[in-house]
Amino acid sequence: MPLRPSSSSASTATPEATTGTWDRAAAELGWGRGDPQNIGWYCSDRICRNGRASVPALIWENHAGERRVYTFDQLRDRSDAFAHHLRTLGLGPRERICLFLDRVPELYIGFLSVLKMGGIVQPLFSAFGDEALWTRLDDAGTAAIITQRKHLPKVRKIRERLPELRLILVVDADQAALRPGERAMSLDALPTMSGFEVHATDAETPSVLHYTSGTTGKPKGALHVHASLPAQYLTAKEVLDLRPDDIYWCNADPGWVTGTSYGIIGPWSNGTTQVVLDAGFGSDRWYEFIQRQGVTVWYSAPTAIRLLMRDGAEVVRRYDLSSLRHLCSVGEPLNPEAVHWSREVFGLPFHDTFWQTETGCIVITNLPGMPIKAGSMGRPFAGIEAAVLDPKTYEPITDTGRAGLIGLRPGWPAMMRAYWNNPAAYSAKFHNGWYLCGDRASCDADGYFWFVGRDDDVINTGGHLVGPFEIESALLEHPAVAESAAVGKPDPINMEVVKAFVTLKTGFAPSDDLELEIMNTIRRRLSPLAMPQEIAFVPSLPKTRSGKILRRVLRAQEWGEPVGDLSTMMED
Amino acid sequence: MDDLKRAIRDYVTREYLEEGDDREIADATPLISGGIVDSFSMVSLKRFLEKRYHIQIPDADATPDAFDSVDRIAALVTRFAAHASAS
Repeated sequence: MPLRPSSSSASTATPEATTGTWDRAAAELGWGRGDPQNIGWYCSDRICRNGRASVPALIWENHAGERRVYTFDQLRDRSDAFAHHLRTLGLGPRERICLFLDRVPELYIGFLSVLKMGGIVQPLFSAFGDEALWTRLDDAGTAAIITQRKHLPKVRKIRERLPELRLILVVDADQAALRPGERAMSLDALPTMSGFEVHATDAETPSVLHYTSGTTGKPKGALHVHASLPAQYLTAKEVLDLRPDDIYWCNADPGWVTGTSYGIIGPWSNGTTQVVLDAGFGSDRWYEFIQRQGVTVWYSAPTAIRLLMRDGAEVVRRYDLSSLRHLCSVGEPLNPEAVHWSREVFGLPFHDTFWQTETGCIVITNLPGMPIKAGSMGRPFAGIEAAVLDPKTYEPITDTGRAGLIGLRPGWPAMMRAYWNNPAAYSAKFHNGWYLCGDRASCDADGYFWFVGRDDDVINTGGHLVGPFEIESALLEHPAVAESAAVGKPDPINMEVVKAFVTLKTGFAPSDDLELEIMNTIRRRLSPLAMPQEIAFVPSLPKTRSGKILRRVLRAQEWGEPVGDLSTMMED
Repeated sequence: MDDLKRAIRDYVTREYLEEGDDREIADATPLISGGIVDSFSMVSLKRFLEKRYHIQIPDADATPDAFDSVDRIAALVTRFAAHASAS
């Protein structure tokens, strides 16, 4: 039978009907009782109405020491002004508007602005190369892109191939330096719009379009709706334990779903102050930031935690981190050593949380106060019905400890409503009434889930999913490459990194120069995450008799695992 | 040392800045903390340095801090080049 949170442990989760949980969230928010059912409004105007207008919503700093602060009232005012500006530029409801920005205030406030004017916000990781950017903008039929001067060259490179792209808005440029179709804007200089009216969205109006990678085909756009808000609000409140007086830091970039669900919507719908550091990783820099900002709740990722561990406990002791009271992690399985280490150096354990782009909110988790079993994903959140399913029958596995597929019963508010332009891929995610996450796990007698691995060839590197098909396609664009396969190989920091297996065309020979050239080609075209960290030049690739490349054989070799059934493999 | 720094600077500019990106890379420009080179891209930069200068930089020394500027990278290369010639 389906596994639900159990009352037999000391968990703060209570067994209740899943709908009851979300009804409770809706009741707390007054959702559906006359106020605009719009995430942008709920994250700014409602917080002001609740008497927190003067509380800082965003405290932003960058590597150069620049600092900008916006109260909730300023957040409301600037997002209204930005939304109005988008309207005056001819953008309308349901049009896809891409945010292709570093972690600057324009990204966070622009997110609310697009939602307020009824658009569908499409955040994309600013380190994407031009080909990765084009794939996602082309698929979405994006009408406008909001970006920075530093990313403009990538946009210009692909613009001619994007017939539906009407506008490029640059948040830090002078108009004189721009070309036709490009508009400069300054967020802080936009005139205040008194009486601005939020677009009349309803619960099922599309809100956010996040692209995610699969094993086959192009990246898929997971489409969410404004009704996700109660789920993101409640999980931020009860899993991240956000309270109005917290100072919250989420390490995730809003180009990915954690950075929007819990880097924008979760904290701001709770009226919580969040701090943002627009700078690369550095242990000293991070600890100094936590100390100076008085961070109380920190949502990070295993890769970052392992980097901190590598730099050692001595660095931690140079800082006063006593403000921290709750730590959470997401993106990939949190290894037990990381939990033990954080207990030792911070006096607090990291709480693992599990969810994905498609789920929109945390679905399996370690709640505050719940006994943590280091290495476990935790238990299903109260509003979620989760089970481990038999991979052949898709029926729940009733005996504990046996691995199967993680299945979620559809119906929670934050679940995606579609893959953009791809109903077949969406349908394929459901079997026997369950949504399949694509991950394998087992469940113990206490209802704790234990991650086993992916059920497909998608590579989880540094907490980000990278599709092998997209890498292989880009590899084949290189003039030297005849065939290619991309798999994940173990990595002590990033869990997995991309390794490519390549056969070369006649006339090309393996060399260090060629390896570096191919690596850099993929990095520029796709992203640093997709860049193979190692390339093996091989005479041939393992294939089925029908000619399909057997990635699983290569992956198993890298992980030292059995390669499984090879009966369909073609012999050389 | 100047030649070394110039070679690193040129490589970073060519590989990590888009064509048309008008930012200048100086010897002290923060590369990692400034978001010009990320931790994943460091791998290709490390590979370039090892190949060009015939050195091996252990992963434990290839930290974001050690790669945060042309100055620091040059110091790292010099250190491991000295190791290589001494061994």
